[in-house]
Formats: sequence, structure tokens, C-alpha cells
Amino acid sequence: MRDFISKKAREIPPSGIRKFFDLALTMEEVISLGVGEPDFSTPWNLCEASIYSIEQGGTSYTSNRGLQPLREAISRYLHDHYHLSYHPDQEMIITTGVSEGLDIAIRAVVDPGDEVLVAEPCYVSYSPCVTLAGGVPVPVPCEEGDHFRLNANLLMERVTGKSKALIINFPNNPTGAVMRKEDLQAVADIVCDHDLVLISDEVYAELTYEGSHVASATVGDLAGRTITLNGFSKAYAMTGWRIGYLCAPKEICDAALKIHQYVMLCAPVMGQVAALEGIRRGEEEKDRMVREYRVRRNLFVENLNRIGLSCHLPEGAFYAFPSVETTGLTDYEFAEQLLKEEHVAVVPGSVFGQGGEGHLRCAYAVSRKDLNEAVRRMEAFLSRLK
Amino acid sequence: MDEKDLLLLQLLEENSRLTTRDMAVMAEMAPEEIEARITALEDAGVIRSYSAVIDWERAGNGEVSAIIELKVNPERDYGYDRIAERISRFRQVRSLRLITGTYDFQLTVTGKNMQEVARFVSEYIAPMDRIRETATHIIMKSYKENGRTFCEKEGSERIPYSL
Repeated sequence: MRDFISKKAREIPPSGIRKFFDLALTMEEVISLGVGEPDFSTPWNLCEASIYSIEQGGTSYTSNRGLQPLREAISRYLHDHYHLSYHPDQEMIITTGVSEGLDIAIRAVVDPGDEVLVAEPCYVSYSPCVTLAGGVPVPVPCEEGDHFRLNANLLMERVTGKSKALIINFPNNPTGAVMRKEDLQAVADIVCDHDLVLISDEVYAELTYEGSHVASATVGDLAGRTITLNGFSKAYAMTGWRIGYLCAPKEICDAALKIHQYVMLCAPVMGQVAALEGIRRGEEEKDRMVREYRVRRNLFVENLNRIGLSCHLPEGAFYAFPSVETTGLTDYEFAEQLLKEEHVAVVPGSVFGQGGEGHLRCAYAVSRKDLNEAVRRMEAFLSRLK
Repeated sequence: MDEKDLLLLQLLEENSRLTTRDMAVMAEMAPEEIEARITALEDAGVIRSYSAVIDWERAGNGEVSAIIELKVNPERDYGYDRIAERISRFRQVRSLRLITGTYDFQLTVTGKNMQEVARFVSEYIAPMDRIRETATHIIMKSYKENGRTFCEKEGSERIPYSL
């Protein structure tokens, strides 16, 4: 029998943490800082809206683009919060999570052989999605010395005649880094000079603690060449509902819509209904959760530094990204031993690409009690290393 | 009251056992400022007391609670205030509120058993001047108190890793 598996499917790497995942499942009383999702349940009014809608028979497909009132509400929200201007009927698609938005964005603009610059460390799907689209991912490391922001000089060094697009994610998973307007301006100059498309994953925009989020498409002349991705998973604690959205200039949006209608048809209607309730009447709950993340961040990062794991203060998202350099262990070794000996699950930074090595991603979207217990266990682990 | 006060109140309402040091880190203020602000909030009567939310049913001490509703004739010059003050002085009265609707006051009362609660109401509350009518509702089970649910489990099992 011949090998049925396609070259591309063989080419993309398996999950970098499968081993850890299986190990953790065999253990008891694991405190997991390895989860990239809120620990809160979806605010109940969102669930009620969805349940009611199901009871009323709201279980069918929606239009490909998604529910009209939801798109209108998102358009207003983006305008009021981030000064973005997207037409709800022409420049927006409701997607099945930001994951789908990212995939169709890449496929809408990448041809085989095109190089796609990927600011790393980043969420693990960016490069595989580029590969699946026939493109060539080109990592651009964001370094600790730059507060994990994208450094325009490092970007410039990797731009070639084949470069087609740049993917960025700020506030960043896994580093919590946030780009300031001037940082984005420097990147914008390069993107425009070299006629690139910018794919900006802003799913953590609402979780910005210092200052306010600057949307990429509002900087310089980026509006006409930016695909903005966002969603409800993080800010509204809606990960399982799978609702995101893609916003882009009409031409790009039309192309992405063609792909979306063939591969997804539409995002799940029950999730869209919940999202609409969230954007209409969920702001207070959202703000409450954001306030709690900020409090946890302050507490956790202070404690990490106290026990000797040097950690910059993340300005967004819900991840701390401490360095393990002083321990003499690699990030993989540290994460594995910590899990085995102290039953604390963290993710090695290398999983997220260049610039992540020597660091751990610790999600502080867990209760304060668990955060404090995790710190206590990490301290015990560190004291044995000495 | 500013935003910082509000944050402190929210932190304390959720967990009044937080140390000053932890609060200082969490709220991005100096410990001295935390102390000063809390003292000011106490002095102003904004913070009334520090207490724990206890699931007495689980504690198993066998106490029962009841909601008592009262119809009350208000007093000239004083309205409901003087009678409310008298009722609130009983240790058995855990809370007392003036409400709209059929009844005027709503109390929560605790006692060792149903008989004790009933006796308290009939011997002390009902005979008071100006009380016209009482209705006693024994609480059978508490599902939520002070914003805390007493459910066994909240949310679902999370997977140990997701990126």
C-alpha cells in the first residue's frame, strides 16, 4: 500500500507538548498554568440568550458572513473602542474562532512559494497554516531585550523579494507583550514600503492593562492592507463557542469569504447568538474579568521574581513569561521536571518559536489560590535545584 | 471614593483575609497607602465589618434560618426607622431591610431549630407595637449567599494544556 499521507500533512510538526499532556493526565492534583483560556465560565446572561434562542428553534445555518445584527454590533464596537472602521456587510466575516479567521486570511493572500513573515514567539498555528497554504513561514524573533515587541530592524533583515505578508499578535500569546503606536509605526513603514499584507491577530486586545490597545489598522497607511482578526474567546470567556471575526478591505474580505463558504459555511449559530448578547450587554462582566486578570498578574509576576524566576511585567493577555536561564535548565527540562516533581503544568517557551527558548509560559487565568499554590511548589522545586 | 478605593473594596469583599502586602502588589499601591485608604473607608462606615460566608448546612451545626416578612404601621416623624432599630437589636436577626410590595420589612432570622425561630417571632416580633402582620418562610436550602454559589461544582473540567 502506498503512503496515503500528503506531503504537507507530513511536513507540519506535531504538537510540541503532547508528551506533557499525556503525562499530566496520569497525575493527581495538577495545578495547570498551561491552559490558554479563561478560568471563568461564560457570563450567564450570554448562556441564557443562547439557550433561549435554541428553545425558539434557532438551530439553523446563518448567512455565510454571520448574523447581521452581530456584525453591526461588532462594527460599532470596533469603531467606539479602537477607532476602526469596517463595513459590517462588506468588510467583515464571523468565523469559527480566530483559528479559522487566521487560516482563511492566509489562504486568501498567500500563493505557493510566497514568504510569510511570522513574529515569534507566537501561537502555534501560524506557521503550519502558512505551510498548508503553500507558503514559506519566515520567523522573526521578538526578543526579551525589546520587551518581546517586534523590532523593525530584525523584521527588515528578513524581508526579501518573495515576502508577501506579515503575521503579528499583540497583546501577545505567550509573552504578554504589547506594541505601542511608535513600534507599530516603524513596522507599518516596512510593511507599506515592501507592499506586504499585515495579518494582525488582536484576540487579546481587550486584555490590555497599561494604556489602551492600538489596533494595527489605525496606524499609518495600514488600513488598506491589514486583515484584523479578533474574537470572543478570551475577553468574554467563550472559548468553547468558537466565535471570531475577520475584518479586511472588501477585496480581501471577498476572497476570504469564498474560502469560508466552502470550508465552514458559517460559524455556529448558538455561539453567534451568545456573542451578540456579550457585545450588547456583556461589557460589565468583561471588565470585571479583566480587572481580576490584572490583579492576578501583579501578584503572580511579583511572586515569580521573588522566588528567582526573572519575569518582565506583561502588559496584556493573561500569560507571564519568566526566564529559567539562571537555573541552568532548558525550558523543556524545567517544565518536565516541574510537572513530574511538583505537579505544576507550564509550557516551555520554545514551543512558541524563536525568542521563546529559555522561558516558560505560565497562564495566570487560574484562581488566586491556585496561583499562590503554584508559586509555593515552584519555589520548593527551585530550592532543590540549588 | 475613587477607582483605587473601589478596587480595594472589591478585593476585600471577595476575600477580607488578604494581607496588606498582597493587596499592595495586586492593586499597584504602597502598603502604607492601602492601610490609610482602608482605615478611611472604615471610619466613613463604608466598610462595616469583616466576615466569612459560611455554608452552615455543610458545617452541620443544625441551625435553621427563616425569612420573616412584616407589615408595619410607620410612626409619625420617624417613619420606619425607630421600629427597625428596635428589631435589629435582636441577635437572632441577621438582616433587616425595608422593602416595597405587600410587606414592609424583610428579616432573616436564625435559631437552633424551627421551634426556636417560631417562638422568637411569636414572642418578640409579632407582639411589638405597630406590627400588623407576619409571614414566616423557613429556608430549606441555600444555593447562593453574598454572591457565592454553594454548588458542588462550577464550570467543567479543563484540559491540562491548550496553546
